[in-house]
Amino acid sequence: MKQVYARPKSLKPAHFHYCPGCGHGIIGRLIVEVIDEMDLREKAICVAPAGCGMLVYNYFDIDTLESAHGRGAAVATGIKRVRPENLVFSYQGDGDLAAIGTAEGFHAANRGEPITIIFVNNGVYGMTGGQMAPTTLSEQVTTTTPSGRNAATAGHPVRICEVFAVLDGTTYLERVAVNKPAAIIKAKKTIAKAFRNQLKGNGFSLVEILSPCPTNWKMSPIDSCRWIDDVMAKQFPLGVIKDVP
Amino acid sequence: MSGNAALGEAAVLAGCTCYFGYPITPQNELTEYMAKRVPEAGGIFIQSESEIAAINMVLGASVAGARAMTSSSSPGMSLKQEGISYLAADELPAVVVNMVRGGPGMGNISPAQSDYLQATRGGGHGDYRTIVLAPGSVQELADIVPLAFDLAEAYRNPVIILGDGMLGQMMEPVSFDNIKPPKEYPKDYILTGARGRPSRMVRSLLFDTKEEEEHNWKLFRKYQRMEQNEVRYEKYLVDDAEMIVVAYGIGARIVKGAIKRLRQENLKIGMIRPITLWPFPAKIIRETANRVTDFFVFEMSTGQMIEDVRLALEGKGHIHFYGRPGGVIPTPIELSRVISRHYYQQSHRGKK
Amino acid sequence: MTIKTIFSGFGGQGVLSMGFTLANAAMLEGKYVTYLPSYGVEVRGGTANCTVVVSDEEIASPVASEPEFIVAMNQPSFARFQSVLTSGGLICVNSSIVNTTSARGDIEILAVPTSELADKMGTIKVANMIMLGAFLKASNIVSFDFMLAHLQEILGEGKAKMIKLNQEALEAGYTFVKE
Repeated sequence: MKQVYARPKSLKPAHFHYCPGCGHGIIGRLIVEVIDEMDLREKAICVAPAGCGMLVYNYFDIDTLESAHGRGAAVATGIKRVRPENLVFSYQGDGDLAAIGTAEGFHAANRGEPITIIFVNNGVYGMTGGQMAPTTLSEQVTTTTPSGRNAATAGHPVRICEVFAVLDGTTYLERVAVNKPAAIIKAKKTIAKAFRNQLKGNGFSLVEILSPCPTNWKMSPIDSCRWIDDVMAKQFPLGVIKDVP
Repeated sequence: MSGNAALGEAAVLAGCTCYFGYPITPQNELTEYMAKRVPEAGGIFIQSESEIAAINMVLGASVAGARAMTSSSSPGMSLKQEGISYLAADELPAVVVNMVRGGPGMGNISPAQSDYLQATRGGGHGDYRTIVLAPGSVQELADIVPLAFDLAEAYRNPVIILGDGMLGQMMEPVSFDNIKPPKEYPKDYILTGARGRPSRMVRSLLFDTKEEEEHNWKLFRKYQRMEQNEVRYEKYLVDDAEMIVVAYGIGARIVKGAIKRLRQENLKIGMIRPITLWPFPAKIIRETANRVTDFFVFEMSTGQMIEDVRLALEGKGHIHFYGRPGGVIPTPIELSRVISRHYYQQSHRGKK
Repeated sequence: MTIKTIFSGFGGQGVLSMGFTLANAAMLEGKYVTYLPSYGVEVRGGTANCTVVVSDEEIASPVASEPEFIVAMNQPSFARFQSVLTSGGLICVNSSIVNTTSARGDIEILAVPTSELADKMGTIKVANMIMLGAFLKASNIVSFDFMLAHLQEILGEGKAKMIKLNQEALEAGYTFVKE
């Protein structure tokens, strides 16, 4: 009989802890599928963040280090410089990369470190209970913006890809989403392209993934997926932001 | 050779292949030396965007299996504490240099010893310790660097070299003949890609309180082994001494000058100089207290190591203290006057 | 025998290089030596100083309480350091720009008009080496002939072109001081 489905080799036989409708499970699955398909299991080193994404090391059956909150790009720099032959990627959320770890991400990008950041943007601090993130949309209600994010006091949503695009060290930046099957297939191709970019030694790459967080958005999973298209993608347009082959 | 340059050269000779640092006075000469020397030797140098990035690059290089170090001075060390805590929790080796300057806050750029408590109590968050080495001369600094790397790898723990601005800037003749190529330590924890072996994870997050408790006790047992095996100190004219000065680093160097003067006047002063500030040489101080009643602590701070001396003495003896905080360097003659005043007060008290 | 010297003056007068040159020469002669510079902001524009200790035995403290010698290249340094000079000590003063009167009767003052001597050689840049030559004659801490012979080694590769000029400057200072 033809096999149509199997657990990826690089995925441990564990249950995801993520909430129903969360995008992290999809993104983790896409990463390990790409790793398997590109035969990178013995080459890959993952840097896990603080936040909902941190427990990826319970799921990924590859070498993994958990970094301090925001420091993923600096740690990945240290690893990649010592082991240039490995695939080194850091998995970071929006609080991690766009707030507390902006300096580390920005300067790794500016140095053109040949690493890849998988940047999960769900617009909130998920693990700590839904506080405002740098990527929270204007007027969006969170536990620390109870009457909606007010730009006058809380600033504007940060577009990381566009910020990094002006740096000469970056070579591949693309924003994708995981809210519907076509988008998920696209996201997987994008991750694969970013990894190929790194293996070619072609500088810094980053894949920004708009990801649903129904629990903290206080929406149903289906509404969350719709909201990404209807609202979130207006602020964070999907597509290639920069591609220097 | 300056202390900063000697430190850098010793590190390279000891097999340090990765240096990450951020400019701060008074240790810039070390960063500059490494910028030239490390790439020459085939290693990796990055001037990082911050102290925080530097220590995390060290963590990355260390988990990838390299001998890595970073250096800074007091304000920068505050920033590095996060990374040092993670290194300790992850059980990763690293050498971190602090050329201490006056503080708190921005302080100044003059030599000081005001980071003693930060260095010896772990410094960052959580239940951990680091070995703290305090060299007193440029030659000892050069000798201590390979030891620092060896201890870091043997125990898989960060090791702090606590110098000060003066030690970094001063020049003395120095020999590197004692430095041997690094020993091979088992590295069954490093991340290289899971080729032909199960995947590894290096982490410090242990949600399960039972697991975290076990991890804490495991670290504690390691720190106990350090306390048993790694205490280092120098005894200077202790045998016939009636008063013992306890001082470290460059402070001890100035004390030595003072003691030389006082010995000419037949004042029986000796010194115990801790070389490891943690683990602290408590036992030798306690044993000495069986014979000597008076201990004189000198620090270039308002008094931090004095707490360890007090703990070591367990209520025995009398403790005298003299401190010069704020980056002030006392002269040997100043110290000799203060020590002799305390010495005569003590002998007067003895006669009563 | 342990001899402590403080070299002092404005940043830019070559004060640190005087001390560095002496320290290196003493090291090559096989003596124990420490060189302790002031550093950081005060080096640039303000006053600079360094302490050189030369000894036959291991040096206890690189900090000098009562130095035997002072070299003062400017007025503030003369004012600041003459008071710490040990009784019977010698202070070498750049008399071109310093008023050399001192209230202390227990010290010796050697006035060296470095600017005038340097002018004769055509460049003010060698004023520090002239002073060092004079200082060596007066102090005899290291052998003058040894320093001249090893100047290249002492100053390092970077100064290769300047060796002859520096040797002449040292000699100008050395011969300025009468026996």
